[in-house]
Formats: sequence, C-alpha cells, structure tokens
Amino acid sequence: MNKTILILKHEFGQTIRRKSFIIMTLAFPLLALIAIGIFGFTQGMEKPAPPGEVVIIGYVDEMGVFSGYTEQPGEPTVILIGYETPEEATGALLAEEISEYFIIPSDYMTTGVVARYTLERELEPPGEIRWAIKSFLLSNLLREQTSLEVTERAKAPMALTSIRLDETGQVATDQGGFGAFIVPYLFSILLLMAIFTSSGFLLQGLGEEKENRVIEILLSSVSARQLLTGKVLGLGAAGLLQMLIWLLSAGVLARMASTTIGGLLSTLQIPSNLLVLGLVYFILGYLLFAILMAGVGSISPTAREGQQLSMIFTMSAVIPFMIAPFIMNNPSHVVTQVLTLFPITAPITVMIRLGLTDIPTWELIASISLLVIVIIGSLVLAAKVFRTFLLMYGKRPRLREIIKSLREA
Amino acid sequence: MPTVELNNICKSYNDNLVVNNVSFTVAQGEIFGLIGPNGAGKTTTIRIVMDITKPDSGEISVLGESLNEATKNRIGYLPEERGLYKKLTVLQSLVYLASLKGIETRLANSRAEELLKRVDMLPHKDKKIEELSRGMGQIIQFLVTIMHNPQLLILDEPFAGLDPVNTKLLKEVILELRSQGKAIILSTHMMNEVEALCDRILMINKGRIVLYGELAEIKSKYRNNSVFLDFDGVLGEIEGVVGKKNNGEYVELFLDRETPPQKILEQLLSWGVSINRFEVSTPSLNEIFLQVVEKGR
Repeated sequence: MNKTILILKHEFGQTIRRKSFIIMTLAFPLLALIAIGIFGFTQGMEKPAPPGEVVIIGYVDEMGVFSGYTEQPGEPTVILIGYETPEEATGALLAEEISEYFIIPSDYMTTGVVARYTLERELEPPGEIRWAIKSFLLSNLLREQTSLEVTERAKAPMALTSIRLDETGQVATDQGGFGAFIVPYLFSILLLMAIFTSSGFLLQGLGEEKENRVIEILLSSVSARQLLTGKVLGLGAAGLLQMLIWLLSAGVLARMASTTIGGLLSTLQIPSNLLVLGLVYFILGYLLFAILMAGVGSISPTAREGQQLSMIFTMSAVIPFMIAPFIMNNPSHVVTQVLTLFPITAPITVMIRLGLTDIPTWELIASISLLVIVIIGSLVLAAKVFRTFLLMYGKRPRLREIIKSLREA
Repeated sequence: MPTVELNNICKSYNDNLVVNNVSFTVAQGEIFGLIGPNGAGKTTTIRIVMDITKPDSGEISVLGESLNEATKNRIGYLPEERGLYKKLTVLQSLVYLASLKGIETRLANSRAEELLKRVDMLPHKDKKIEELSRGMGQIIQFLVTIMHNPQLLILDEPFAGLDPVNTKLLKEVILELRSQGKAIILSTHMMNEVEALCDRILMINKGRIVLYGELAEIKSKYRNNSVFLDFDGVLGEIEGVVGKKNNGEYVELFLDRETPPQKILEQLLSWGVSINRFEVSTPSLNEIFLQVVEKGR
C-alpha cells in the first residue's frame, strides 16, 4: 500500500481514538441538546397560566384616572382590581386574593414610574404581566382621546416584515433574515473549531513524535513529503468527520428543537451554496493551517512551544470574528474584501458574509485561487523546513537559520 | 559489489564542515564499525547514507543504486535518537513500522511474533510501549529495525541503556544477522563491543577520516613493538631489544623496528630461559582511539 495512505490511515485512526477528539466531537451536540432542554424548561416556567385560568392583579390609582378597562378585549386572562390604599392591596396580596399589585403614583404623568409589588423572587416581570399593565394604562389614558380600535393599534403599532427584491424587481427566492444569517455564522464557528482542532492535533502529534524521537525512524522509511502529506490528510479526514457529525447532529437537533424554539428555527435552513462553499473553504482552510502548523511543529522543540508559536496564525484566523460586527454592517467594505482575499482570514470571512450579502463571483474565485496558490507555496516551503529542522532536538532555530535553509533548499 | 559505497561526501552546517571528504565501503556479511568522538560527524554520515540529510557533494550508492523508496525498504535503521509511539502496543508498533517498510500486515504479524519469541518477549506483545522498561523498549526498537529482514543494518549506539544480559542478547542477534550475509554498520562509543564484533572500522574525527581498514591491521599498525615477558632466571643482553620496563610481575621489552617478536622468543629459548608468559603487546582499540583523538587536538 502507498506509504502516504498508510500514514493517513494511522493518523486518522490515532486521532479519532484520542479522548480530546471524542470529547470535542460530542461536546457540540451535547451542549446544544442541553441548551434546547434549558430553553424548553424555562419556556414552560414562564407560561403564566394554562388556558382558561385567570390571573388577578391589584392596583392602587393615586392619580384617580385609571378606573376603566380593568379587563382587556377578547378572552380575559388578566383581571385588575383597584384598591384605595397600598395597605389594602398588601392585605389582599397576603390573603392570596391577588397574585401581585402595582401603584400608579400621583406624579405618574411626569415620571412614568409604576411600582410593582409581588411575593415572587424573579429576574424581571413576566412578559404577559408587563403586557397586561401596559395595555391597562394605555386603554385608560386614551379612552376619551380616540377610538378603541386606534387604542388597540397604538398598543402594537407595527409588525415589520422585510421583503427582498432581486435585480428584476421580483421577490427574491432567498429572503435572508435571521435564519439566513445565523446558519453561516454558526457554520463559520464550526469551521474554525474543526480547523483548529485538526491542525492542533497535527501540531501536538508532531511535537510528541519529536519528543518521543519517533521522527527519525519514520524518516528512515518515508520521505519528509510523504510524512507531511500523510499526516495532513489523515488529520484533515478526522476534521471532516468531526464536521460531518456536527452537521448531521445539527439537523437532528433542529428538528428536535422545532417543537420548543419553533418559530425561530422554522426560518433556519442550510442553503446549498453554503454547504458547497463551506466544504471548499473547510478543505482549503484546513490544508493551509495544517501546513503552517506542520512548519511550526518542525521548528519547535516541544509540543508546548509549538502551540505557543502557532498562536500567531490562530490569532490571525479569528480576526474576522473579532470584527464581525463591522463585517455584518459593511459586508461590501474594502476591509471586508481584503479579509475575504487574505488566505488566513478568508474561510471565516466568507462564511460570515455569505449570510448577509451575495459575495461577487470574482471575489470568491480570487479568494479560492489565492488560497490554493498559498497552500501549494506553503507545502513546498514547509516540506523544506520540515526536512531541515525536524531532527533538530532541544533547540529552536533562529529566524535567520530558517530563512537561510529555505534559500539553500 | 559493496553494499554501501560513499565517495567524497561533504556536508556543512552554517559554514562548519561536519563531514569532510568521507569515502568508505561496506561489504555484504561484514560488521563495519563507525567510530569517533562526540560531534565527529558519525550521525550526520549515517543520516546521509539514509537520505535523511542531503550531502553538499559526493556520491552514495546503497545496495547497488542511489537511495530510493525501494532501497529504503531494504535497510534497517536504529537511530541514536530513537523512540516509539507510547500509546501503541508492542505488536501494533512492530506491525505499523514494518508496514512502512512495505511488509503486508499479515506477514508483519507473524514476523513480529517470531522475533518476540526469539527475544523472550512474546508475553509482552499486547503491552503498551509506555508500560515497558527502558531496556525492553530498546529491544523492541531493535526488532523494529530487523522486522522487514533488511539487507543492510545501520545501528547507531545499539547498546546504549542496555543491561549486560540484553547487551549479550543483542550481540548474539547481530552476529546471527552477519552470518546470514547482512551488511551491518555499527556506530558506538563502546570500543570493547567494536573489538568483539567488527571486521573493519572507520574512525572519523572533526568530519575527517583518521582510521580506516581491517581491525587487525589497524591494531598491528598501532602496536608499540614490545613484548611482555614473565620468566625465571636472569636475563642477559638480547639482540634487537632497545629498552626494558619492569612492571613487577612481568617485564616489557621494547624492540627495534627490524626485530620481530619471534626472533626474541627464539633467543630466549636457545638460552634455556624458563618462560611463564610471552605476549606480543597490542594496544586496545580504546587506547588507539584515545591516541588518535588526542593527536588530532
């Protein structure tokens, strides 16, 4: 069997058996599952009353103008009862005649402050209660100013919907929105995690092989290029498997969550162009980082030093995340374009941009071409550095030595 | 045709010439000692033979051709800086590393069991490398080197870290391999082992060849031309003896260049001297080593 494939199989097998790989792969679906569970649980807790059950709230009107509209139109779920004094309202609360009460002070018109009293310990008033109090106040404030219909609209003046048109003025098939944005964003996080996990394993593996002194034995059987290629592809396959598991579990989780998060997730879908470009950028991004990590690994005396050195590349790769708000607000800005073209930042920037705007084809072609060129160049240089410094134990070569070796090789 | 042939090999790092015009051959069925002080250029020379390091100039032929993937599969290399994957078992290590030498898994499995049996380590085949003692790890490392039945063996400090029992075992296996016609390059600082095992030696110092040839010839060249004599009676003037040194139990007689030890023995016998010991003095390889290195300083 081809020696590169043997190394690939060995690296793949060793990586997927690593505890850290298994934990990392399972962590994402498990955390998402827990998040869905917590969301569902809290949603259940927030439900104030089952259908048909009415909540009774007390109030003290110190202004003397809030006597009407104690029930809202339609099926009442909240009924308000007025009390003359706070003491009376407190008595009713303690006697469990009401679940809570609020006081409208005499200076309400100038301050807008309403004090709410409850026996419950809570982070903030439940949405339904807040809505009931607001509705009660608005109905009373506007009752002689306008019609009931206008008052009801004033309570919820707009339900804004955006419709995107294409260049011909027709309604576009891809309407964007939260779902279209969040999927590429999550995809970019997964991409970054998978790239870093796999290339991190490559770095760690090389460091361990250097520390274990296995490298020279391997190099007596295979060439530096075969070793480098086998490792990069083996760990890349492991990273791809990790991505695949994450994507499959994301699909299953989305279906599971649709019952709890429902409306939010109904807009979520993974567009086909995202899948294709995601795969392309994962492979290219991983290859670039893996080769860079291999270069770093070969000049680092230990795995730990290698990880420290690799920070230069990992920090550069997360720049698009650090300026994500800028990219989101300016998806076609020149800075965003530069980040799209710069090979180290390209994979993540493209993923973030995909959900927000159509990336011009020329930018995608240029970005992918640049990545491919840089990958080939890095592979040639890394193989030289790999060969020269892999057997240098205990000390890190100086930059001058590395440059010299590249020139001579 | 020699198994290994190096012609005028040079290699420098940062303007420091670490291998300077080195040439030698290694024949089939011989153990070839590559010796020299620390930093002499032995490991670099070995790495050049293995194509791990490229020479700046010179020609190398291994097993009749320049080194390629096929010839690499016929070489067993035990580097000085060595180790194994700690998390793999003994059997997994042997099989994986043999597969990189082109051996099929099934064959590698049976070969591994055969070799483990030979060194009494078969019961340890499913142990992880990290669970083995250092000496046992060294033996496994050696087995990795011979798993694929190589034609050429390059052993860099094979006895380092081994106890006398394992050293003896390793020597036996090395001699067995020589008897099977393998060419063996042995690099070590243990001069007694070189003397016991090697047919020819090459000594390099500061990247240059300082000794090269058959061990017996080299020892003969470096002998003091003296004899050790233990006798009863009185010793008169002996023709050809230019000096004497009394060492208590024996006397060392220094001969002139023209007088062979045989002639001294004949004179003593003709005088009827009662001889208890008559030994031609030959320096140990260790003494030659020290002499050559000190001369080069």
